[in-house]
Amino acid sequence: MARLHSPEQQDATGAFLEAYGRMLLIRQFEAAMHRLFLRGEVHGTTHLYAGQEAVAVGVCMTLEPSDWVAGTYRGHGHALAKGTEPEPLIAEMLGRATGVCGGRAGSMNVIDIEHGLVGCYGIVGGSIAAGLGAAMSAQREGRVAAAFFGDGATNQAYFHEGMNLAAVRSLPLLFVCENNLYAEFTPMAQATAGADIAGRAAAYGMPSAVVDGNDLWAVREAAAEAVGRARAGDGPTLLECRTYRHYGHSKSDPAPYRTKQEVEEWLERDPLRIARARLLEQGLAEQQIAAVEDTISAELDQAVERALAAPYPDPAADAATEFSS
Amino acid sequence: MSTLEFRTAIRDALAEELERDPSVIFFGEDVAVAGGVFKATPDLYKRFGPDRVFDTPISELALAGAAYGAAVTGLRPVFEVMFGDFMALAMDSLVNQAAKFWYISNEQGTVPLVVRSAVGAGGRFGAIHSQTHGTWYQGVPGLKIAFPSSPAEAKGLLKGAIRDDNPVVFLEHKRLYSVKGPPPEPGQEVIELGRARIAREGADLTIVSVGKGVPDALAAADRLSELGISAEVVDLRTLRPLDLPTVLESVARTNRILAVEEGPRTGGWASGLVGAVAEEGLHDLDDAWILATAETPIPYSPTLEDAFLPQAEAIADSVAGRLGVAAPAR
Repeated sequence: MARLHSPEQQDATGAFLEAYGRMLLIRQFEAAMHRLFLRGEVHGTTHLYAGQEAVAVGVCMTLEPSDWVAGTYRGHGHALAKGTEPEPLIAEMLGRATGVCGGRAGSMNVIDIEHGLVGCYGIVGGSIAAGLGAAMSAQREGRVAAAFFGDGATNQAYFHEGMNLAAVRSLPLLFVCENNLYAEFTPMAQATAGADIAGRAAAYGMPSAVVDGNDLWAVREAAAEAVGRARAGDGPTLLECRTYRHYGHSKSDPAPYRTKQEVEEWLERDPLRIARARLLEQGLAEQQIAAVEDTISAELDQAVERALAAPYPDPAADAATEFSS
Repeated sequence: MSTLEFRTAIRDALAEELERDPSVIFFGEDVAVAGGVFKATPDLYKRFGPDRVFDTPISELALAGAAYGAAVTGLRPVFEVMFGDFMALAMDSLVNQAAKFWYISNEQGTVPLVVRSAVGAGGRFGAIHSQTHGTWYQGVPGLKIAFPSSPAEAKGLLKGAIRDDNPVVFLEHKRLYSVKGPPPEPGQEVIELGRARIAREGADLTIVSVGKGVPDALAAADRLSELGISAEVVDLRTLRPLDLPTVLESVARTNRILAVEEGPRTGGWASGLVGAVAEEGLHDLDDAWILATAETPIPYSPTLEDAFLPQAEAIADSVAGRLGVAAPAR
């Protein structure tokens, strides 16, 4: 897959078309995971990112390949947005030897150091901890780090300790809250005090913004400003990106706690629909967009096919060691 | 001959590794400007500057997370969690992330971090500033646990821990900080983790311990020699990996093992060790037992705390009683 480049590096509309392609890749990847889970090919559980694509892609558009990202257990989108190849990511979900972690990690715990993905975290808020440390490394090298987390994580100590530590150390870290309105099954209003999450940054003297998380352009703009601040040595930023997940919390959750009307309203604001319409508005031809869509679909189908054909790890040949020597 | 104080050994090990490797950083609560509440890290801040040696908020959870994140992205962080008891707060990133990374990443990278803490009872600090947290972490594959017994061991093991590519939980017994002893012998300036040491040779039984338990066992061995009992003392140095071969080799010669643990027997390292010795070396064993602490929290009152701890007298009494020899004179 081609890498995402910042719009300054190439024609802006072209960059957004590429980013739209990446969002579509995530959407189709998650649809494939949904199908493969129902077929028994994806094991345990999985948490799908569909609906939130503009957040990961909009933020990663502003990052360099050498910058660091920490994702969540809903992390397939974070990995794909940062540059993880779809085929080894699918193979990881399937528990195959060709997986990005050799089938040792699974859906919730993907690590891809080569592409700057420190990890994805099954413990809510763990991405913030990892992001803090990655930002400590990044600070020395003029890089930045971004930690993705949900609204639920903002009630973990990791969030508050991390906001404080990042602020006092002026770490080059983006706190990217994907506020999808539910902490697992519990609506935000029942679990999170205060009017919004962005407001919590004021207590730490940190700049923050509420962002339309379904609008790729809005996310990119807010992230670019935060990245600029981080690279200039001016410290961390909290972005509250309001968005919505299309599936339930996990594969065991049909999400009965959401009203049909609420779901329909958010589907109207599907980030892919918004992005597609915007690209047309900006003068791209229908065929140009369709060509990208066809390419992404074909690439993903091939990746699924190859991943399904890959072998499982052989326990008899497993040379796992407890320690690195 | 020059002598080295335990706390100075810690400071020197840190200074030498900070000097040697620019990727080493050191942080914690009150460790930089103040030099640590146990005065183990003075002047490092002045020498290496605030980018590499710094004070942090009281946020053990975030510090452990930051150390883990820094370690997987190219730094070699050493951080201090002031009292081992506070390591309960640091557990998530160490147990769920740092310990797993090498394996679940399919060996994409390593986690070269060290977390140092003051541990152990006898200082009248009460139940929640006196624990030895090594065993809380012992059942976690991927973590190493080091626990030095002397100034020379402290320096060598800390340097070894900082150079180790794996996450290391490093325990410093409070009642060793002021102990003075010889500096490391040539060739022992850096001690590779996972190798036990024969601290005293003997023929009649093997006393195995770690940390403060080692000088206690050595003092007990002195008393026992007056009774004609020759005790060998094995210093484990690390609880994970546990150097079973060295212990088995010793027991093959002495045929008896006593494991002395400052901590409860249930879930402790001693019971695991004695079980492993029984499994692997039963044919060499005439006797095996454990001296551990009561299954209660650590008491505060001096009379209660002194009676609680397996100190030199208690070790000597236990051995004499077990071997059917009159207890040593006090």
